[in-house]
Amino acid sequence: MNSKFSLWRRALLAALLVLVPVLCAGCDMFAEEEEEDDNVVYVYSWGDYLDPEVMEQFEAETGIHVVLDEFDTNESMYPRIKEGAEAYDVLCPSDYMIQKLIENDLLQPLNYAQLPNARQYIGQDYLQQSEAFDPGNRYAIPYCWGLVGIMYNTKLVDEPVDSWSILWEPKYKGEILMQDSARDAFMIPLKMLGYSMNTTDPAQLAQARDMLIQQKPLVQAYGVDDIRDKLSSGEAALGVIFSGEAINLLESNPDLAYQMAPKEGTNAWIDGWVIPKNARHVANAHRFIDFLCRPDIAAKNFEALGYSTPNTGVRELVEEDMEDEELAIAFPEPEVYLGQETYQYLGEAADKLYTKLWLQVKTE
Amino acid sequence: MAKLKKGYLALIMLFLYAPIFVLIAQSFNASRYRGHWTGFTWEWYGALFENEDILAALLNTLSIGVTAAVCATILALVTAIAMRRMDMRMRTLFNGVANIPLLNADIVTGISLMLLFLGLGLQLGYDTILLAHIVICLPYAMLCILPQVLGLDDVCYEAALDLGASPFYAFRKVVLPELRPGIMAALLLSFVMSADDFIVTYFTKGAGIDTLTTEIYAELKLGIHPEMYALSTLFFVAVAVLTVLLVVNYRVLRKYRGRRQEVRA
Amino acid sequence: MHNYALRRLFGVPFVIWGVLFVLLPLFFVLQQGLTDAEGAFSLATLGEALQWEYLKALGLSVGLALVSTVICLILGYPLCLILREHRQQNGLLIFLLFLLPLWMNSLLTTMAWQTILERHGVLNMLLGALSLPALNIVNTPAAIVIGMVYNFLPYMVLPLYVAIVKVDNSVIEAARDLGATHWQTLRYVLLPLTRAGIISGCTMVFIPALTTFVISALLGGNKVLLIGNIIEQEFTAAYDWQLGSALSMVLMVFIILNMIVEFFTSAQQRKEAV
Repeated sequence: MNSKFSLWRRALLAALLVLVPVLCAGCDMFAEEEEEDDNVVYVYSWGDYLDPEVMEQFEAETGIHVVLDEFDTNESMYPRIKEGAEAYDVLCPSDYMIQKLIENDLLQPLNYAQLPNARQYIGQDYLQQSEAFDPGNRYAIPYCWGLVGIMYNTKLVDEPVDSWSILWEPKYKGEILMQDSARDAFMIPLKMLGYSMNTTDPAQLAQARDMLIQQKPLVQAYGVDDIRDKLSSGEAALGVIFSGEAINLLESNPDLAYQMAPKEGTNAWIDGWVIPKNARHVANAHRFIDFLCRPDIAAKNFEALGYSTPNTGVRELVEEDMEDEELAIAFPEPEVYLGQETYQYLGEAADKLYTKLWLQVKTE
Repeated sequence: MAKLKKGYLALIMLFLYAPIFVLIAQSFNASRYRGHWTGFTWEWYGALFENEDILAALLNTLSIGVTAAVCATILALVTAIAMRRMDMRMRTLFNGVANIPLLNADIVTGISLMLLFLGLGLQLGYDTILLAHIVICLPYAMLCILPQVLGLDDVCYEAALDLGASPFYAFRKVVLPELRPGIMAALLLSFVMSADDFIVTYFTKGAGIDTLTTEIYAELKLGIHPEMYALSTLFFVAVAVLTVLLVVNYRVLRKYRGRRQEVRA
Repeated sequence: MHNYALRRLFGVPFVIWGVLFVLLPLFFVLQQGLTDAEGAFSLATLGEALQWEYLKALGLSVGLALVSTVICLILGYPLCLILREHRQQNGLLIFLLFLLPLWMNSLLTTMAWQTILERHGVLNMLLGALSLPALNIVNTPAAIVIGMVYNFLPYMVLPLYVAIVKVDNSVIEAARDLGATHWQTLRYVLLPLTRAGIISGCTMVFIPALTTFVISALLGGNKVLLIGNIIEQEFTAAYDWQLGSALSMVLMVFIILNMIVEFFTSAQQRKEAV
C-alpha cells in the first residue's frame, strides 16, 4: 500500500515537473502586462533607425525611460497595432501605412502646442508632401525621407544613367538588382508608362506586370537590403536603391555612382512619427517627437543613419564635413523632389491585386 | 578502391566544411560588406563583446535551448516509461502524435503554434518561443529515449525492489544509469534543434525578443554585422576542441582497456 | 505487479501536452483555412489556395525537393557504407567530423554558400585561377538544390547510418561467398535490409526541402518562388492569415501521406520481425 501511495506521489511529481514550467510561463505572460510606470515612452520603430546616443541623451535630459521595439516592414508592424496587443506610444511607419492607420482610426491627432521644435524646424515642402497621406498634417511629423534611384557601377556601365529604361537593356542581363516588394517593383514600370504609382486601374497594372515579366530574365535577383552588399562588391552593375543608403554605399566603393531621380519620375517616401490611439503616455510621446525635431538631435540622427531629414536646421550643422556629391544626395535641390509622387494607401482590394500581379511575375 | 573511398570522404568533407571556412574568413574581413575582402582585422572579435543585441540573442538561445532540451527530455522519458506497458494500438497512437511535429513542415508547425498562442490570448515573447521549442524538441528526444526504454530489462529493477529499494530509488540507481546514453543524446539533439531552429521561432516570437537565428535573419536584410561571424567562429572552435578532446579521451581509454585485456590474457 | 497499471499515469502529461500543443494548433489552422472573413464556414479560401500561381510554385517546390532528396540519398548511402567499414578504427572521429558542421548556424552557412557560388564568388575565383570558365549558379534552382542538400544531408545520413550499421556482417559475407558481386550484394541484400532507414531518411529530407523559404530566398535571389515563400508572405507582408492557413492545409496533405508510408513500413517490419 505504502509503495502504491508513493508511486502515486511520484507520478504526480513527474507530471508537475513537466507542467510547472509551462504554467509558470503562462503566469509570466500575464504578470508582465501589469507593470505600469509613468516615466516611460514605448517606441516602435524601424530597426537601426535611431542613434543609440540620441536615446541616451533623451533619457538623461528628460528622465523619461525609452523602451524601444523594432520592426522590419510596415506590414509586420500593422497587425500588432491593429490587434492592440501592445500599447505603444510612438510609431514611425511610412507614408502609405500612416494613411492606412488613419483610415482605420488607429491614430490620435497631434497636439502642436507641445511640439515647438516641430513647428519651427520641419520644412514646409515636406509637410506639403505629407498631405498626400495625412491631409492637414494632423497625425504625422516627418522624420526621414528620400527618393528611390539607380545605383550603378561606372566600370560596368559607361553610358549616362538618367532613365529607368536602362533596367530593361538586354546587354545588362544578369547585372540588375530590383527591389523585392510589390509596390516598389510596380512603381518603376508604372512611371515609365506615364501612369501614377498609386493607380488601381487593372489594365494599367496588367501592362506594368507584363513589363516586369519581360524584364525578369535580365534580373540577377530581387532583394531588399542585400542589394547594397552586391553593389558594393561589384557582384551586379545596376541596382534600385533608396537615396538614404546611397551615401554609405558610395563611400564603400569608389566605382559606384548614383542617379537619384530618373527622368520618368520616382517615389518620394516619407517616414513620420505618429501616436497611436491607445497610447498610454501621450505627453511623453510628444516630448520624444519634439526632442527628435531639435536640430542638434536631428543632425546626430542624420549622421548615424544617412537618410535625408526634413529638418531645416540640420544642413548648416553638418555641411562642413561633407563632400559635394554627398550633399547633393542628402539635401537635394527642391526641383529634384518637388512634384515626385508619394505612395498612398489604396485599400484592401487594390492591395490584393498588387500582391496577385506580383506573384504572377515571381512565379513566371 | 580504398583510394576511391578516401577521395569520396574527402570530397564530402570539403563540401561540408567549405562554407564554414568562408564564414571563418569573413570574421577576419575588414570590410563591413560581405564578399568584398579589404584586409585582415581582429576588430569584430572585440566588437562582439560590446554588441548588446547579439549577446542578448545569444543568452536567449542558450537559455531557451537548455530549458527546452531538459523539459523535452523529461517529458519524453516519462512518456516512454508509460509506453512500455501499452498495447500496440495505444503505442502506435502515441508515436503518431509524438511524430507529428517531426513529419510536419516547420512552417506549418510554426504557424499553427502562433495561431494557438494568439487564440489563447497569450502575448508572443520568450515564453511562447520556449513552449514552441519544447514542441519541436520532443519528437527528437523521444527518438533517442524510446528505443532504450522499450529495450530495458525489468529484472534488475525488480530485484532492487525485492531487496527493499523504493521504486524511485531503484529507478535512480538501476534504470537511470542504463538510460544515460539515450538521455544524453536526447539532451544534445534537442539543444541543437532548438538552437538552430529558425522557422518556428520566427513565427512564435514577439517584438523586441530575438534568438541568434532570428537576429541573423533580421541582419540578413540589413547586412550581417561581422560580429556574428566572429561569434560563430568562436562557437565552432569551442565545439571542435571539445570534440577532439572527446575523441582523444575515448582513444586513450580504449588503448588502456585493450592493454588491460592483453595483460589478463 | 499492481503498480505497472499505475505507470500508465505517466502517460497523462503527454496526453495533455499532445492535445494542447500538437493537435489543437492544427485545429486552429483548419479553422482559419476553412472560414471566411466573418468566421462562417467556407471553402472559398481553400479554393483560392488552389489557383494556378500557387500550384505552379507547389509543383516547383515538389520538383526541387525530390531532386534534393535523391541527391542526398545518392551521396549519403555510399558515405554510410564507408562509415560502416571504418566502424572499428577512426569511425568515431569521422562520424563526429561529419556532425560538427551541424553546430554552425544554418542561416549563416547558407549565406556562406551565396558567397561561394556568386558570380565573383569563391568558386569562380578558384575556377578563374585554374583558367576554367566561370559557372553561373547563384540565383538559379541549382543553387537552391545545393543549399538544400547541404542543409538536409545529415537528416538523411543519421537514419541511414543507424539502419546500415545494424546489418550483420555475416549476411554480407554470406552473399559474397555465394558469388554475389558488389552490385548484387547492394541490390539484393543491403537495400532491402535498410529500406526502413532509406524511407525515413527520404521523408526527413523531403519535408523540410519542400517547405523551406529561407534557402530559396538566400540562394534563389527571390527569383525562384517556392510554396514556403508564398506562405511566409501571406503571414507577414500580405497579412492574409486565412489564405496562408489554407496553403498550409495543402502542405498537410504531405504529412498525412508521410504518416501512411511510415505506418505501413513499420507494420511490415513488425511482420518481418515475427
